[in-house]
Amino acid sequence: MAATNIPTGGAHAQEAPHVQHHAAGDHHDEHDHHDQHWLFKHVFSQDHKVIAKQFLISGIAWAFIGATLSTLFRIQLGWPEAQLTWLEPLLGRWVEGGKLNPEFYLALVTMHGTIMVFFVLTAGLSGTFSNFLIPLQVGARDMASGFMNMLSFWFFFVAGVIMFISLFLETGPASAGWTIYPPLSALPQAIPGSGAGQTMWLVSMALFIVSQLLGGVNYITTIINLRTAGMSMAKLPLTIWSFFLTAILGLLSFPVLFSAALLLIFDRSFGTSFFLSDIYIGGEALNHVGGSPILFQHLFWFLGHPEVYIVIMPAMGIVSEVLATNARKPIFGYRAMIGSLIGISLLSFVVWAHHMFVTGMNPFLGSVFMFLTLIIAVPSAVKTFNWLATLWRGNIRFTAAMLFAIGFVSLFVSGGLTGIILGNAALDIQMHNTYFVVAHFHLVMGSSAFFGMFAGVYHWFPKMFGRMMDEKLGYVHFWLTILAAYLVFLPMHYVGIAGFPRRYYAYTAYETFNQFGDLNTFISIAAIMAFFAQFIFLFNFVYSIFRGRRATENPWNSTTLEWTTPVEPGHGNWPGAIPAVYRWPYDYSKPGAPEDFIPQHIPYSQTVSSNLPYEKEME
Amino acid sequence: MIALGILLALVLLLVVFGLLFRLQILTSIFSGSYVRQVGLSNRVNAILMLVFMVVGMAAFAYSFIANFDKMNPPIASVHGLHTERMFWITMIIIGIVFVLTQVALFVYSYKYQYREGRRAFFYSHNNKIEVIWTVIPAIVMAGLVFGGWKEWTNIMGPAPANSVELEIMGKQFNFLVRYPGRDGKLGPINYRLIDATNEFGFNLNDQRSLDDFTAGEVHVPKGVPVLLHIRSRDVLHAVYSPHFRVQMYAVPGMPTKFWFIPTKTTDEMRAQTGNPNFNFEIACNQICGRGHFAMKSTIIVDEPDDYVAWYAQQKPFAEQNPDVLAAFKNKKTPVIEEVPAATTAAPAATEKAQAAL
Repeated sequence: MAATNIPTGGAHAQEAPHVQHHAAGDHHDEHDHHDQHWLFKHVFSQDHKVIAKQFLISGIAWAFIGATLSTLFRIQLGWPEAQLTWLEPLLGRWVEGGKLNPEFYLALVTMHGTIMVFFVLTAGLSGTFSNFLIPLQVGARDMASGFMNMLSFWFFFVAGVIMFISLFLETGPASAGWTIYPPLSALPQAIPGSGAGQTMWLVSMALFIVSQLLGGVNYITTIINLRTAGMSMAKLPLTIWSFFLTAILGLLSFPVLFSAALLLIFDRSFGTSFFLSDIYIGGEALNHVGGSPILFQHLFWFLGHPEVYIVIMPAMGIVSEVLATNARKPIFGYRAMIGSLIGISLLSFVVWAHHMFVTGMNPFLGSVFMFLTLIIAVPSAVKTFNWLATLWRGNIRFTAAMLFAIGFVSLFVSGGLTGIILGNAALDIQMHNTYFVVAHFHLVMGSSAFFGMFAGVYHWFPKMFGRMMDEKLGYVHFWLTILAAYLVFLPMHYVGIAGFPRRYYAYTAYETFNQFGDLNTFISIAAIMAFFAQFIFLFNFVYSIFRGRRATENPWNSTTLEWTTPVEPGHGNWPGAIPAVYRWPYDYSKPGAPEDFIPQHIPYSQTVSSNLPYEKEME
Repeated sequence: MIALGILLALVLLLVVFGLLFRLQILTSIFSGSYVRQVGLSNRVNAILMLVFMVVGMAAFAYSFIANFDKMNPPIASVHGLHTERMFWITMIIIGIVFVLTQVALFVYSYKYQYREGRRAFFYSHNNKIEVIWTVIPAIVMAGLVFGGWKEWTNIMGPAPANSVELEIMGKQFNFLVRYPGRDGKLGPINYRLIDATNEFGFNLNDQRSLDDFTAGEVHVPKGVPVLLHIRSRDVLHAVYSPHFRVQMYAVPGMPTKFWFIPTKTTDEMRAQTGNPNFNFEIACNQICGRGHFAMKSTIIVDEPDDYVAWYAQQKPFAEQNPDVLAAFKNKKTPVIEEVPAATTAAPAATEKAQAAL
């Protein structure tokens, strides 16, 4: 589907001898590009780099919206007695007599979750970096289908517009939690947000899934088919491996969410009873009989659990790359890293029901899912140990990206370990739906995925915009953010161990939960600090696009292919031939080499002094 | 006016920050550090790594100890004491791993910071050590799984035959409670029979329903197994009682259950906590709408004798609502004909479906 004037030389470049031959043609195509209308160059672009930036900028915008929502409900939780009249200009009639409307509170947590999980950490993270890095790092001119790739962004954009409009509905946006469990999400009588708000949520999500599938098919196809000459699967950077497996997870699991959404639409609008049964609400008995709300949960979490790995795996890939580059060391256990990614991907499909231990599901199933869930800790542990071993005896340069990568590992460990408690069905009886869960997933997939995203932005910004971000502001941003992340989420464990249920508007009604008021205020202050720290990033990002220091081709002395392109690569990425690849992506600090890195496109014949015994024959 | 002042102060503050930022860039250009790849800030960040770890862990430990009692309200059920032990054993294991990995992470970051002229150690893999750190977590996990599985099967296993039974029905936004009455059998109910008086949907044509009674709060005897039958009549709810380590969803159309043995009476807990207002509470723990955060009920744990006395005092629903009973007798309720099929078949069918899942 690639438009005719876009060179997709990658496929041909598989055969090294042809590379030179194609170079001339590529030059010609480059020339054509300058004549494109700006609308097609910057808005409806099929260039993967432009699309990546579109995903990134929309992701950042959504992140600020999502964070604003969380700040609002943290204000409510931190100061439940306070007069919130001052929020009236922003929230209008959702503030009633100085108090936040409890239904709007639920809408806030619902939309915060939806926006962060799907629009920021799925589209913003994977959408940005899969798009940007896959063609650049595998050595392709563009994605397999630039047109589908463009569609992928615009479906996402329309999904976003619909979701955004739903925030302003009179009955409020969807309010049944980001997991939209029916019957609450199916019955407008139960909560007003389940009216038009929920309809728009479902329509938006359906379009979002289309976007994900269009993107995913492209990522997979590009990685399989468009690798440059010499780029075997065993020479791919770990970023590409993580994007590859992420795309496969998305492709296999998002359709299941689509089906759940479709069945829910049927239940809501066409009188079917897939998820509804025996309901008496609003003074009348409904006619729905025989459905199962638990069925919805199975369908939802069949996506929902792989989804958390869809969020975290790209971050893992980015972190592996950034750690190796800035520790000036090969990533430790490259094959084990790929193996553990594959292990996590496979297991992520068979652990979903650990979200459902106390739903009344058959206890035997609970046992099975507990077993499978705790196994998934093993590949995660392997990854952590390998990252630590990568730092060991390195020569670490603390770039802003490196700081965030180290922060990622710290947060991933802190959040991941409590998963061992939650995955244990017997312990989950007490912990289910408490703040312990909230703390767990905000550390392990929320904060750490954000850290992975920040690491990626700081690291690849020079290649995206041809300029450098300000390092010092990056340092301040990092230290404030990691401090705030821990100050917010560590105390949440205490609250959770005490049994505080999540999604509570206030705790004042309970004798059991009315302690810890001060701690909730503390958490809220830290959350607001985290929110404001992000403006440092926003300023740095915007300022650096226009006025940042000019970047060089390879500012981090990195080995992967994207750094062999010009400072601001045009459509087609390489002005000349696509470089062929001869070695793995982690030849850092190789003994005998003059420099502490050897890029992938340098043949062994040029590095005789540093070749290892088994590499001699490849000279 | 104040708002304007604050706004002005904010703007000025931003301007100051902006100027400082430009100044910082200009000085670094003149000092040459602007183009140097690794400068003083590398050292500063490395030191901050160490400081963050030491101060952070100290603050964590302090706050954890300071809040320990608050996060551990007393436990009052047999299985709760077991899971509590397992919880803290698991916490100790993950605590050890937490400290080891975080210390390694931050200490390595500090120790292996960039030094002029040094070269990183080219070390790509070591199969032996990788096998070791794959196998050890696997063994630890296997141990934890086994412990958890044993406990889980005990908790979720069938309730003892001598259990006291009662039913909790979730609705927006409170819990309804009913007891089986003298015959010890909960009568069939049907959601189509629900109205303002008959909140449970009692089918009073059935003998078993006639002695069933409802209650404003849950009463249970101490030291005796209690089997909760749980259902919902509108959206999902969850019966969550942290002191007993009890939690189970209330699902419309699919009755669920949970059993436990309370070990302390409410009075004993009041004495133990020194709080005369103490009550075992049931909180709704599944988002259910506007009143979710205030949807609660109370469990009163009595001495067995007090419980029996309380139970004997309760009047059946049918007796308290003679007009409802009369309506059933006169067959004025049009849906009655459907009732037997719907009530007897539905729970059995869903339970089968549940087992099949």
